[in-house]
Amino acid sequence: MEIREMTACTLGQKIRRHEIGVKEAVKASLDEIKKQEPTVHAFLSYDEKMITARVKDVEAGMKSGKYKGPLAGVPVAVKDNICTKGLKTTCASKMLENFAPVYNAHVIDQMEEAGMIVIGKTNMDEFAMGSTSETSAFGITRNPWNKDHVPGGSSGGSCAAVASGEVSLALGSDTGGSIRQPAAFCGVTGIKPTYGRVSRYGLIAYASSLDQIGAIGRDTADCAALLDVISGADAKDSTSVPGMKTDFYENLRESVAGMRFGVPKEYLSEGLDRQIQKSLMDMIQLLTQAGATVEFFSMDHVDDVIPAYYIVACAEASSNLERFDGVKYGYRSAAGEDLHDMYKKTRNEGFGEEVQRRILLGSFVLSSGYYDAYYLKALKVRALVKQQFDKAFKKYDVIIAPAAPTTAPKIGDSLGDPLKMYLSDIYTAGVNLAGIPGITVPFALSDEGMPIGFQLLGDCFNENKILQAAYTLEKLRGPLPAAWERRSDRS
Amino acid sequence: MKQYETVIGLEVHVELSTETKIFCGCSTKFGGAPNTHTCPVCTGMPGSLPVLNKKVVDYALAFGLAANCHINQLCRFDRKNYFYPDNPQNYQISQLYVPICRDGYIEIETPAGKKKVRIHEMHMEEDAGKLVHDEWEDCTLVDYNRSGVPLIEIVSEPDMRSADEVIAYLEKIRMICQYLGISDCKLQEGSMRADVNLSVREAGSTEFGTRTEMKNLNSFKAIARAIEGERERQIELLMEGKEVLQETRRWDDNKESSFAMRSKEDAKDYRYFPDPDLPPVYISEEWMEEVLDKQPEMQPEKAERYKKEYGLSDYDAGVLTQSKVIADVFEETAVLCGKAKKAANWMIGETFRLVRERGISPDEIHFSPKHLAYIIDAVDKGEINQQSAKEVFEKVFDEDIEPKAYIEAKGLKIVQDSGLLEQVVCQVIEKFPDTVREYKDGKEKVLGFLVGQVMKEMKGKANPAKVNEMLRSKI
Amino acid sequence: MAKICIDDAVMDNVEILAKLKLNGEAREKAKAELQKMLDYMNKLEAVDTTGVEPMLGIYPLKNVFREDVVVNGDDREAMLANAPKQKEGQYQVPKTVV
Repeated sequence: MEIREMTACTLGQKIRRHEIGVKEAVKASLDEIKKQEPTVHAFLSYDEKMITARVKDVEAGMKSGKYKGPLAGVPVAVKDNICTKGLKTTCASKMLENFAPVYNAHVIDQMEEAGMIVIGKTNMDEFAMGSTSETSAFGITRNPWNKDHVPGGSSGGSCAAVASGEVSLALGSDTGGSIRQPAAFCGVTGIKPTYGRVSRYGLIAYASSLDQIGAIGRDTADCAALLDVISGADAKDSTSVPGMKTDFYENLRESVAGMRFGVPKEYLSEGLDRQIQKSLMDMIQLLTQAGATVEFFSMDHVDDVIPAYYIVACAEASSNLERFDGVKYGYRSAAGEDLHDMYKKTRNEGFGEEVQRRILLGSFVLSSGYYDAYYLKALKVRALVKQQFDKAFKKYDVIIAPAAPTTAPKIGDSLGDPLKMYLSDIYTAGVNLAGIPGITVPFALSDEGMPIGFQLLGDCFNENKILQAAYTLEKLRGPLPAAWERRSDRS
Repeated sequence: MKQYETVIGLEVHVELSTETKIFCGCSTKFGGAPNTHTCPVCTGMPGSLPVLNKKVVDYALAFGLAANCHINQLCRFDRKNYFYPDNPQNYQISQLYVPICRDGYIEIETPAGKKKVRIHEMHMEEDAGKLVHDEWEDCTLVDYNRSGVPLIEIVSEPDMRSADEVIAYLEKIRMICQYLGISDCKLQEGSMRADVNLSVREAGSTEFGTRTEMKNLNSFKAIARAIEGERERQIELLMEGKEVLQETRRWDDNKESSFAMRSKEDAKDYRYFPDPDLPPVYISEEWMEEVLDKQPEMQPEKAERYKKEYGLSDYDAGVLTQSKVIADVFEETAVLCGKAKKAANWMIGETFRLVRERGISPDEIHFSPKHLAYIIDAVDKGEINQQSAKEVFEKVFDEDIEPKAYIEAKGLKIVQDSGLLEQVVCQVIEKFPDTVREYKDGKEKVLGFLVGQVMKEMKGKANPAKVNEMLRSKI
Repeated sequence: MAKICIDDAVMDNVEILAKLKLNGEAREKAKAELQKMLDYMNKLEAVDTTGVEPMLGIYPLKNVFREDVVVNGDDREAMLANAPKQKEGQYQVPKTVV
């Protein structure tokens, strides 16, 4: 078996057993990156010098017994909105083109303590604003399954890196579906944990009350293992929740017998692609055959999710992105004459169109005279959306949902109509409003050969349940081909 | 001519004297090279997050309780959004929707009598950095050492009617803060700042006029002048039939006039919204009790105790307790030398004289109580005379010198060597035979002249009582 | 919610708040899109939120504090290294007083 075909846990095990060296694992990853990047462009940067130094550390750490977890020695890709000390962190924006953080995000420290190796920083929609990774200031990422299609977004680079075999694991961030939707488009597994499960310290904020870092991998076990590493309260993030159990990897069980699944009827509206609907029915059948109960139920306020989500997200973003002003770091326009002119030119030249659009919208909904009608109203609707999920989880262990209305769209098809693009977040954004965890599991391939994945949603801090359901579903589904196998099929 | 009444409300910012900033573990120490007390949080680095310093809540709560406020047991932080380079995130973390305190009052006293000034609300927030104009390159330089230093902002109702009342109110806030030990409240260093909201109206009117807000007031004198200047400006406008514009004005104390701070980039729309990075603060009954239990002795109780314990007069006890710094120095001195009344006299007399002469605030005195206690003892023991004592104290006041060493070095000590004294006494008796005769004839008064002569010869370094005694016996 | 019209005056104000200055075609496009979004978001008007508390935060956390202990050292040079313009240990900006 080639290294690129291995899951992260398999690779970790072989490294621990000295069947594969750390250097060898890293080299395999770098080789694959060099081979694939010209077409895929999943990465924005990687620093071979830093990697080489890190490999030596990890080798020594494994020898001394400092690093002994299941992922020690495993390379991992990191979305470029997560701060890495001394390593450029750009948010795929001209605004931060040369920004090198002075500190590591908490999750980076955690991964380093687990003996993992950050291999590079991945492409994304600028400041995580977008659903296709096309708003990156540094070029688009292509879907490893078909280079004419987008990988989804905003964690498109991370998902494409895993799908292409460049790495087996990656970190993404999810504000309205930014892990779960590209995971579905790229045929990989991705989990957005409960809000507060993972520290946001060092994640460059898009919308603080919705953002959460999560894991992307080949399968559920990989995601569970990485989630074990990055979970836990952090004294530097006041919104991280202490005292929550982890051990996700240890607790993975293959069974859905007696588990109760619910499917919101409203998710099967006419906007949902026919092939995806059919796959959903196949999946329900598999689960039922395995002893689960699956029910359709009605969920209110599904149509209110998108307006509420975009009001809250853009309002917070307009404030979070105020710090990018050309004073302390990042881009500064050379043209600014006085202070305010400098601010405006810097932000105008440094931010892309989509980011500017969301900042304008967010500034408006918070402005005097509109706060109550838009922002406060959205927070109330957010409470109603949360109530709907609370109600559902009284009846069901897991909610099944599509990850997107379609499979990955073609490059260039989405940006023309921003509102239409926003509406495609209908199945994912509610999860962030409610703060609940969700995992995307690849399930099938469409007739065109593009991956179809579904979300399994759980109640707050019930990651164990959705991981168990996902793990079991994987076994029921059986193996799917990898992107590189499909590609070689067709070429 | 119409009579006008001035209506004034104050927004007072007080820097809290915690060790660290409100949302990060950087030092709040004053001074320090630019940007050496900064970190990713207080410079607004991407990805950084705030974590609240508990002591800030303790201190804010202590003030709120001392100022008779209602405590919002569940309070939150909000973001106030505005672009300015002293504000690294371009939003300030403050409290608008649910501040920690509201509806309190502070009692003040002026020659016009006692009065309650109501407090509308009080909240916690972070301070901004410092901007310095660089003449050389005609640009501005930013230092974030002060960015994130904790503040409380105390917003009064428009209850004050004169500069006197405003000063009394500020003095009272300063006194409360000092007694609570939550701030040193130095206007010059900016650890206490006041924005003045002022309007005028015809006497007897119950409606408020249009108010202006004045910023940049950094001394009590500047505040008094600014109030007078702004009052006159507004009355003049009204008398000319013009309108007062609601605006923010900047007081220029050198020009003794204010000017409007207007810019089309000042949208004055701060888009406050709850900060999603900070969970709410819940203040339990127990927490409040704990803060009350820990509340130190405040001014009225201290004055009362001074009267009882040290037998001071109403006036003395009052004067000594106006500043906690003065009170502390007094009390330590009194305890060290065991002579409270004398210590009180030294504080009220010499100390305040020097405070006035040096043009400093009573809070800025920095001499050691043990040095004053030593001087008091030395006078009492007849080691130095009153005149020398004042000279020594002046040095202690200015430089906190060691009085004992100074007295010796300067030779101020009263000579105890009776051989030398005897010699001088004999010389004086020989030198003034006529006076000696007068004394012998019963003119007791002339003895004083002889004592004076001896003292002159001794350059003041003799104990007058002893000289007196020796002269009598020798004659 | 009254129907809002994103005209030039509203756009001017939003630009001041957002510290962005759009010109020509980009500005017209932004106005039209903002209008479209807000029109769509107006659908929330129909949601009955009587008696509903605005949702602030997911998990009911409260009183998350630090102790008042200095933990940060001086990291000035590393932080200033990212500044577009600096002078004598300070961040340099166009003058703030005119």
